[in-house]
Amino acid sequence: MKPDRTELVAFLAIAVAGIAAPLVLPGYSTQFAFLWIMVVFALTWDVLGGQMGYNSFGNVVFFGLGMYVCAVVQVAPFTDLAEYTSASGTQDIGLTHGQYFLGLAAGCLVGAVVAVIVAAVLGSGILALRGHYFAICTLGLGIAAGEIAAGIDLIGAGSGMVTPLYPGEIGSRERFFYFLCFALAVVVFLTLRSVYAGRFGLAINAIRDDEDKAEAMGIRTTRYKTVAWCISAFFLGIAGGLVGNIVGFIDPTEVAFAGATYGVWMVLMAILGGKGTLWGPVLGAAVFHATQELFWTYLFGWQRVALGLLIVLIVVFFPQGILGWLREHYPERFGHRIAPAESPSGEEAQRP
Amino acid sequence: MSDLDLLFQMPVLNVQLFLDGILVGAIFVLSAYGMALVWGVMNVINISQGEYVMIGGYVAVVFAKIGIHPFFAVPAAAVFLFALGWLLYRLVIFRVVDRDLFVSLLATFGLSILIQQLLNQIFTADVQTANSGLDTMMFFNGMVSVAQIKLVSFVLAAVIGGLLVLFLRRSRLGQAIRATAQNARAARILGIDTDRVYAATYALNAALCGAAGALVAMTWVIQPFQGLAYTVRSFMIVVVAGLGNIGGVIVAGLGLGAAENFAGFLLGAEFQVAFVFSLLVVVLLWRSYRLGRKRRYLR
Repeated sequence: MKPDRTELVAFLAIAVAGIAAPLVLPGYSTQFAFLWIMVVFALTWDVLGGQMGYNSFGNVVFFGLGMYVCAVVQVAPFTDLAEYTSASGTQDIGLTHGQYFLGLAAGCLVGAVVAVIVAAVLGSGILALRGHYFAICTLGLGIAAGEIAAGIDLIGAGSGMVTPLYPGEIGSRERFFYFLCFALAVVVFLTLRSVYAGRFGLAINAIRDDEDKAEAMGIRTTRYKTVAWCISAFFLGIAGGLVGNIVGFIDPTEVAFAGATYGVWMVLMAILGGKGTLWGPVLGAAVFHATQELFWTYLFGWQRVALGLLIVLIVVFFPQGILGWLREHYPERFGHRIAPAESPSGEEAQRP
Repeated sequence: MSDLDLLFQMPVLNVQLFLDGILVGAIFVLSAYGMALVWGVMNVINISQGEYVMIGGYVAVVFAKIGIHPFFAVPAAAVFLFALGWLLYRLVIFRVVDRDLFVSLLATFGLSILIQQLLNQIFTADVQTANSGLDTMMFFNGMVSVAQIKLVSFVLAAVIGGLLVLFLRRSRLGQAIRATAQNARAARILGIDTDRVYAATYALNAALCGAAGALVAMTWVIQPFQGLAYTVRSFMIVVVAGLGNIGGVIVAGLGLGAAENFAGFLLGAEFQVAFVFSLLVVVLLWRSYRLGRKRRYLR
């Protein structure tokens, strides 16, 4: 699928801004890194929530799993894990450059694979549930995961776990993780873009529109649903590994399985931007994260109250999202025209 | 699993756990019945159910602090939450009743976050309780202890439940509510103001939760973030019992209370919340598996 002109401009702008941001404003690298993580959150939520019509409140499970698995893989080969977690951060295992970067890469990969396996196993059962049953089941799953993690002593139980220290020089850590997050967001976006453009995208959209009919047409719905969840889980697992190392401390319910923050934000950002679209979640994540970083410090602890209010307002009054609203008001901008002017192959006209 | 051995060596411990569970389960039944009511009549799954329970609990806590006996908090909480429920219906819920189920799910989820964070700001995150000043009774040479307040709350819960059933069967509004549940369109044709019925149903549900919450504050502890557990319990009970099956709701609610107590004893108290949420997943999967064999699904 070839990008059209607007999309090309957007790609270029994002690439320039993404590379320039940490060099121009090095003090804000971590905030920018989180912006890309938010984009990953919203995009991966939208695979099920928007494109497939399965609204999940529990995607944060894969994120938390990736985070814990990554930290364990990073630490376990070099020291005794139980001793390390019980020392709660006072034990410095002094990793060399090679050990750290290799450990991080292996950790993210293993975390992602574990998340995919869990998604496949859980998905084969949970994805048989429909509509609100699926939503509430995943809500329970997310909280159960956090509570269980808070009870396991090996990974620090309720007092959490500290990720290994970054071995490089001061200041390079933020930039390093920024570019990893940026790369992850770009990879997620391009993967989903090509996936949605093909047969797979059509199949999951068919499931959203009418699952029984899709099944009657010969689509193996269970397989598609599970694979879709696995795609989400894979990227969320990697994101988890990265965020664990950025934050530096893994709290079971506040950082890893943070249903009240990340878990809710995912849904909110995707809906705010316009669920069921490719660019919507990106837009929603950017708007939400910018608002949060700029204004929320002035709320003095009332942020989460505001979050609840925001969810109610957006869901009730603005359910179509930014992109949905734009599409309603400027349909000709979204390719809804009779004669596609400059696309001889006709591919462009198929895009929504 | 050394605790399991203990249960076999001291059978009387089973009685203790079972009794405690049943007595607490009555409170779950109240909030589950409220959820079934709203679900059945309005086709809305109210995620903020547990938060209404917590607000009711805080009414009792406030009463205890200013020196009024928390028993009076039960009707007071019911009245307060009836008003709040009506207000929230007029502000938010009526906009989502006829919409897609996920919209109402997410809207009430937002309400739930809003309320729990507000409670957190006002009352802090500490666990609190409303002391009723009642004694504990001993049976079997002190092997089994039952706090009198738990018995009282069990009886109160039964009375409230009985009154509700009577109200739905006999009163004019109760009949209108049941008519709307059966067929909203036909009810409208016959001159029932379904919007008012919805408002009343939602407010009634909130009142029920409020009364249950006041009982929770007296028998147990409350905390701003415990609300979701009550929502999940109610949902689980309704899913197991089925809509409109009050006998099933009672049995499932009392059973859940007992099961939870045993699980908390066997797995350790730190896993009790995890047990509730894991049980939800298991219950849903089991139901869906059973239906799936007949190529049907939960709806």
